[in-house]
Amino acid sequence: MAGKLLSSRLATLVLLAAIIAVVPLLAPSAFYLRVAAVVWVFALAALGLTILMGYAGQVSLGHAGFLGIGGYAVAIGPAQFGLHPALCLVIGAALAGLLAYLVGRPILKLKGYYLAIATLGFGVILALIFHSESQWTGGPDGMQVARVTLFGWRLSGAVNWYWVTGGALMIGAWIALNIGASPTGRALKALHDSEVAAAGSGIDVSAKKLAAFVIGAVYAAVAGGLLAAMNGLITPDAAGFMHSIELVAMVIIGGLGSVFGAVVGAAFLVVLPQALTFMHDYEQAVLGFLIMAFMIFLPAGIVPTLRKWLLERLS
Amino acid sequence: MSLLRVEGLGISFGGLVAVDNVGFSVEAGQVFSIIGPNGAGKTTLFNLVTGIYKPLRGRVTMGGDDVTGLAPHLLAKRGMSRTFQNLQIFFRMTALENVMVGRHMAERSSLLSDLLGLPAADRQTRATREAAMGLLERVGLSDVANATAGALSYGVLKRLEIARALAASPKVLLLDEPAAGCNAVETEAIDHLIGEIAKSGVAVVLIEHDMKLVMKISDRVLVLAQGRHLAEGPPREVRDNPAVIAAYLGDHGTREADRAHG
Repeated sequence: MAGKLLSSRLATLVLLAAIIAVVPLLAPSAFYLRVAAVVWVFALAALGLTILMGYAGQVSLGHAGFLGIGGYAVAIGPAQFGLHPALCLVIGAALAGLLAYLVGRPILKLKGYYLAIATLGFGVILALIFHSESQWTGGPDGMQVARVTLFGWRLSGAVNWYWVTGGALMIGAWIALNIGASPTGRALKALHDSEVAAAGSGIDVSAKKLAAFVIGAVYAAVAGGLLAAMNGLITPDAAGFMHSIELVAMVIIGGLGSVFGAVVGAAFLVVLPQALTFMHDYEQAVLGFLIMAFMIFLPAGIVPTLRKWLLERLS
Repeated sequence: MSLLRVEGLGISFGGLVAVDNVGFSVEAGQVFSIIGPNGAGKTTLFNLVTGIYKPLRGRVTMGGDDVTGLAPHLLAKRGMSRTFQNLQIFFRMTALENVMVGRHMAERSSLLSDLLGLPAADRQTRATREAAMGLLERVGLSDVANATAGALSYGVLKRLEIARALAASPKVLLLDEPAAGCNAVETEAIDHLIGEIAKSGVAVVLIEHDMKLVMKISDRVLVLAQGRHLAEGPPREVRDNPAVIAAYLGDHGTREADRAHG
């Protein structure tokens, strides 16, 4: 009974909604809401990787590239073409999905380290384009993103963005949970463990991998669009290699394949650097040390380990 | 028209001829066994038939349709299912979920309804779960349905693979050493199960080293040696074939077979 409850879709969503609702009551200032909103956005991007890496077992070291596509779509669309930012968010997501579809076909034939390096190369190319096509992207300094107006209401301030990003995360978590419990999710998890047995069961392995890659790209692009609009700024760094690695680290620290784990992993890597600023010069070293410690003591990730511990306590 | 027909199949790996000009055909309801010493090319033959390797020579037909070199998932759609000598289990999933994956082709739900968790997707999952539960019962594994596959014993996983293969409602079922590593009781259960599967009209192709099992349940036996067709016929005939005795069974094997026949 307890096990069923802990692993049910509804329980995860209720818990997530409760956290999103409670944080503003506890936050002493708008700064904390701003940090929380960044957590929700990165959690959303990490959820895409949860589907790709956690469910289907396919690594992507270039995922921030898709984040950049979403971000620049929201920046370039209104500035160059006068399009509404919300429409640009949709266009960015569609572009990222299309690009993932085209690139994914040849790239996903590769496995393991080879796939990792190929996706890495893809991410580097995207970051380079954002960096050097300065007539469109503003170059290394990035570009301003116009303020968003929705139904005549100007979307600004930490509180508004907190709720927008929290809502987006809820939708993203809901979809990721749905996939996990569906025939598609079972097919992805199956090919993660044995491609040959999955194919033998009639699963079109390359088509399913491609679907996971496209879905993951769309998640990242939406997150990138929200991030750019919230910050009012997008730079090539957002699409850079370090962000790709961070996304992968979030998924693994939180717990590979766990939807709630992606959120916890994102919180870990967004909040900790802020919390450790009092250490000045040692901040990065302590952060690295903490990541290592968590991986050594909770190798299955924070959420799966906690869930197991809770289940053992309850039974 | 045979349900499965293999003609002149061959493949080489870097100059080594692994399977050379092998042919056989299997009818519905038949148990067709492939035996031969280690390295005879039995599993390679399975891999050629099930699309894991593309044959260099020869043809595979199912019910008259040429299916040579089709991708494994397309062969599965045409009714071919298999188990693996070295277990290919979804270790992170439960036993029940393993069999549910086997029902993949029977599942009717779109990507969109899966994404949005529409009632159709949930209904499909419930139907799949019920069917998978029935199959677990059939192979006697309903009590471990919710255990993670990675925690189950070898003999249990062998039966789980059969349940997963059956979940696809195959017309042709290829079993690669289903009784390997199983104790006498488990072997007995698998023996019984294979008989039942064949009786339901499935063409069963079996690779097995347990001669007692092979002699007892096979309608026909094909003997491979060094990738080549050595002999084929009913178990009794193959057992008495001097070439087979010399090349493979030996004195010990003949005694085993005698014992099987009582």
